[in-house]
Amino acid sequence: MELLVASAIGILTAAGVYLLLRLRTFPVILGISLLTYAVNVFLFTSGRLTIGAPPVLRDDMTAYADPLPQALVLTAIVISFGMTAVAVMIGLGAFLGSNDDQIDDQPEESVTEPEGQK
Amino acid sequence: MSLFFIVALPFLGALLPGIMNSAGRAAVGGITFTVTLTAFIGLLTNLPAVIAGEVVTARVDWIPSLGLNFTLMLDGLGFFFAMLILGIGLLIIAYGRHYLSRNDNMGQFFTYLLLFQGAMVGIVLSDNILLLLVFWELTSLSSFLLIGYWKHLPEGRQGARMALTVTGMGGLAMIGGMLILGQIAGSYDLSVILQNRELIQADPLYLPALILILLGCFTKSAQFPFHFWLPHAMAAPTPVSAYLHSATMVKAGIFLMARLWPVLSGTPEWFVIVTTAGLITMVLGAVIALFKHDLKALLAFSTVSHLGLITMLLGTGTAFGAMAAVFHILNHATFKAALFMSAGIVDHEAHTRDIRRLGGLRTLMPVTFVIATLAALSMAGIPLLNGFLSKEMMLEETTKTVLFDTWWLVPGLATFGSLMSAAYCFRFIGHTFLGPVRDDYPTKPHDPGFGMWGPPAFLVVLVVLIGVAPALAEPFVKMVTASLLGEAAAVPDKHIKIWHGLIPALYMSIVAVVGGLALMLIYKPLQRLWDVTPRPEAKTIFETIVEAAASAARAFTLSLHTGAFSRYAMIAVATIVALGYHAWVTGTVAAPTRELQPAGAVPIAGWIMLVAATCGLVLLHRNRLLALILIGIVGLMVSVGFVYLSAPDLAMTQFTVEVVTIILLLLALNFLPKTTPIESSAFRRMRDGVVAAAAGVAAFAMAYHFMLREAVTTPISEFHLANSYKGGGGTNVVNVILVDFRGFDTYGEIIVLGIAALLIYALTETLLSGPVRARLLNRTPDAARAGDMHPMMMVVLTRVIMPIVLLVGFYIFLRGHNEPGGGFISGLVVSIAVVMQYMASGFAWTSARLRYPYHGVIGAGVLIAGLTGIGSWFVAKPFLTSDFTYVRIPPFNEFELATAALFDLGVFLAVVGAVMLSLESFSRLARRAGTEDSEHPMDIDPSRDDPPPAADKPLAEGV
Repeated sequence: MELLVASAIGILTAAGVYLLLRLRTFPVILGISLLTYAVNVFLFTSGRLTIGAPPVLRDDMTAYADPLPQALVLTAIVISFGMTAVAVMIGLGAFLGSNDDQIDDQPEESVTEPEGQK
Repeated sequence: MSLFFIVALPFLGALLPGIMNSAGRAAVGGITFTVTLTAFIGLLTNLPAVIAGEVVTARVDWIPSLGLNFTLMLDGLGFFFAMLILGIGLLIIAYGRHYLSRNDNMGQFFTYLLLFQGAMVGIVLSDNILLLLVFWELTSLSSFLLIGYWKHLPEGRQGARMALTVTGMGGLAMIGGMLILGQIAGSYDLSVILQNRELIQADPLYLPALILILLGCFTKSAQFPFHFWLPHAMAAPTPVSAYLHSATMVKAGIFLMARLWPVLSGTPEWFVIVTTAGLITMVLGAVIALFKHDLKALLAFSTVSHLGLITMLLGTGTAFGAMAAVFHILNHATFKAALFMSAGIVDHEAHTRDIRRLGGLRTLMPVTFVIATLAALSMAGIPLLNGFLSKEMMLEETTKTVLFDTWWLVPGLATFGSLMSAAYCFRFIGHTFLGPVRDDYPTKPHDPGFGMWGPPAFLVVLVVLIGVAPALAEPFVKMVTASLLGEAAAVPDKHIKIWHGLIPALYMSIVAVVGGLALMLIYKPLQRLWDVTPRPEAKTIFETIVEAAASAARAFTLSLHTGAFSRYAMIAVATIVALGYHAWVTGTVAAPTRELQPAGAVPIAGWIMLVAATCGLVLLHRNRLLALILIGIVGLMVSVGFVYLSAPDLAMTQFTVEVVTIILLLLALNFLPKTTPIESSAFRRMRDGVVAAAAGVAAFAMAYHFMLREAVTTPISEFHLANSYKGGGGTNVVNVILVDFRGFDTYGEIIVLGIAALLIYALTETLLSGPVRARLLNRTPDAARAGDMHPMMMVVLTRVIMPIVLLVGFYIFLRGHNEPGGGFISGLVVSIAVVMQYMASGFAWTSARLRYPYHGVIGAGVLIAGLTGIGSWFVAKPFLTSDFTYVRIPPFNEFELATAALFDLGVFLAVVGAVMLSLESFSRLARRAGTEDSEHPMDIDPSRDDPPPAADKPLAEGV
């Protein structure tokens, strides 16, 4: 079980980093989303893996999964939605403003500085 | 009056002039005067206690853990300076009211002035050195505003910038020095520090602390080699110059040296540094002042010179030197403020301050002539005026001061400085007021109204009064000296007298005055000599250094910050992996302590789906719509994994977030290109693949090793499990942690979420009001539009299930405390219900039925959560302490009422508001881009851009 989860984290990370290094905004956003999954799952595993013992108190149970990482990851998931939304908005705004969704500044644009900058 | 009020009054009063601008200039000046007068009277009410030798204090703990407390104290020294600041402030306000022209924004001016006044009073009344530092920086900032008040003048802006740079850097140094001092003494309270003279002077860090603090004092008080900013600050309006550069700001450094005199002085380091700097400044300032043609520049350099004199006196480290310093501070403040105001009057009436264009004003401006002459003669050290008394004391002190083993060095240079000082005073009088009346003044000068000459006249009365009857000032000077000296030395019992007998100081005085007169006789050749002598121009050097620093910073930043995001990401990932590898190789890895758990067929199947979707995503990401579907599968599998691994709350959250994220990405994709072109070379893709694989292996290795080992220390989770029901009243531990144990975190998180949503809204607004709007309106969709905008099946279905979804959301919210669920999840569920209405029935239809704006919903959520937290204050508990009880309202079962549920309601509202505001903003873009949105939900779009194929067309072509 641990092997499955760890390899899933590894694969999600690798895919996320690969997409993060692409040159257009959309794949970069997808890459960030994949990295978010990887990070959230990783944080979750810091409570170690427990099967069939959710941290909801029952009279007939004594052992539970670690609740603390779950609480922290829960807010992280919601916050990551906010972060993705902002990133998408910035990417979209950049595309609508310049009709270009490249992630890197384009050199020919940066050469023509507006006058009076110095 | 409490010290708090005295300090707070100018700050609070600063609000008034700014908002009263429309009430007229007299009202603005009047209210400023009243505020200052109230503070001044409040200060005077403490005089009896100060005379009795008490130290008045006021204390409020601010951040006790940092040793930073709002503690104020008023002793003789503090009273003396506060009196100068507020008293001269009153005169300056009266003067400034008449000085400023109708074109100047008077409200703004007096607001700045009161801010500055408050900061200065704060410095001299602070008992805590950290608090003192806060006020110290405030004076730098507010004086920046005052010096640059005439924004339209380049000299004003440059002078303000230079003053801020120099004093700000000195302030930074002083922060370091003060922190060291506090560490040595073990307290940041001055009252404690002042008791620890031996401890501080014996400490090896005494010298660094001394140098850093003196850097702050020297920059503020314009001591060599930091004197150059003061003359450039003369571009300010004259009332500012008179206030900042005679009585207040430049005295702040002097004040601090006096304040810390009991602990810092008396060592060889103190003596050499302070006395030498003071002596050089005194002579240098006096020499330069003699050759300045601008009246204010002459006065500025004379101020530099006199500040040097006071610094030198403090540097001697003797009780008599300290007393002379106190007396000279008083005298200098009186005659120098009067001189600045007189120079301002000349400038105001003659429209020039250039000495070469003046002369003969004696008969034209007799009142000003009398005032300026008496003040200048006092500065020159002529008997029966107060400047003479303190100058005599200074000269007497120098005869006992031996620097660098040379007995004549200090008295010789002091006499020379006094000689130059007398010379520039005579030049100020002679070349401005004496001589023949000219006929080429820019305007015909005459005496101004009482409003302008009254304040300097009042000061000159003091000058003469103290000069004739020094016994009047003596008790006060001795009281201030006593509180300056503290327990370090006894107050000297010498009396301040006009006639001391034939002592060396008298001869030195005579030499100075006679020599000064003699210099005036040969002034013309001297000036020619000065003009041809090459001198370093401080302003040029300063600007060269600033320019060099700016261009170095620019080059450094631009070389790193190229705007290539993929490069940043590559460097970051590679660095993180390399650091991880380094830690892995150099550290030791303990043996596994946990067994691998067996994996059944279902987890393996889920894993295969997840991996297949991820790999497919990487391979097929160029088809963006397909990529979205694949990432949806990934998210779904992650949620399933959470369910399997005992995290039902996480699964529910992940699942609902997944839905809104995909909707969001779909909305964005509507505008973005639908495919990603192949741009990077095969090599580059290979390189990225290698980096990505390395990162993946690293993440795998870390996670795998992590999971097979127990925590090094006992996790705190046990506490949460044990106390969740007992202390929090809920059995769902995850929810209890969110709304109770770590409620403060959650509170911060909903605020962040709300800010993110507002940011998206603001960006949308910006886009829609800019050139993007036209582009959106002219945009042709790159895919055929659907014919039925609002499919009937979907409209009916979403409306039918809306109540059901809301009920589910309500249910999830209520059960949250005891079963998986809670505010976050139900917020997301309800958002999805509302989003479905937008999707099915259209933007216009839905928003027409919307009662509350989403901003308000976010705000309400944050407010409810915050008020719930504040509620615990009323029962004297810390913020966000929760409470719960069980109630039974027949005929229902017993149920629980918890404040945490109220907090969760805040979370719920904030989540709904944030999600809806984000999605709504995105769809507003689409709305602007599309054709008119129909009010009717179930209709056919007549403008669809794929018209039904005409049946007869191919036939016609065939013929």
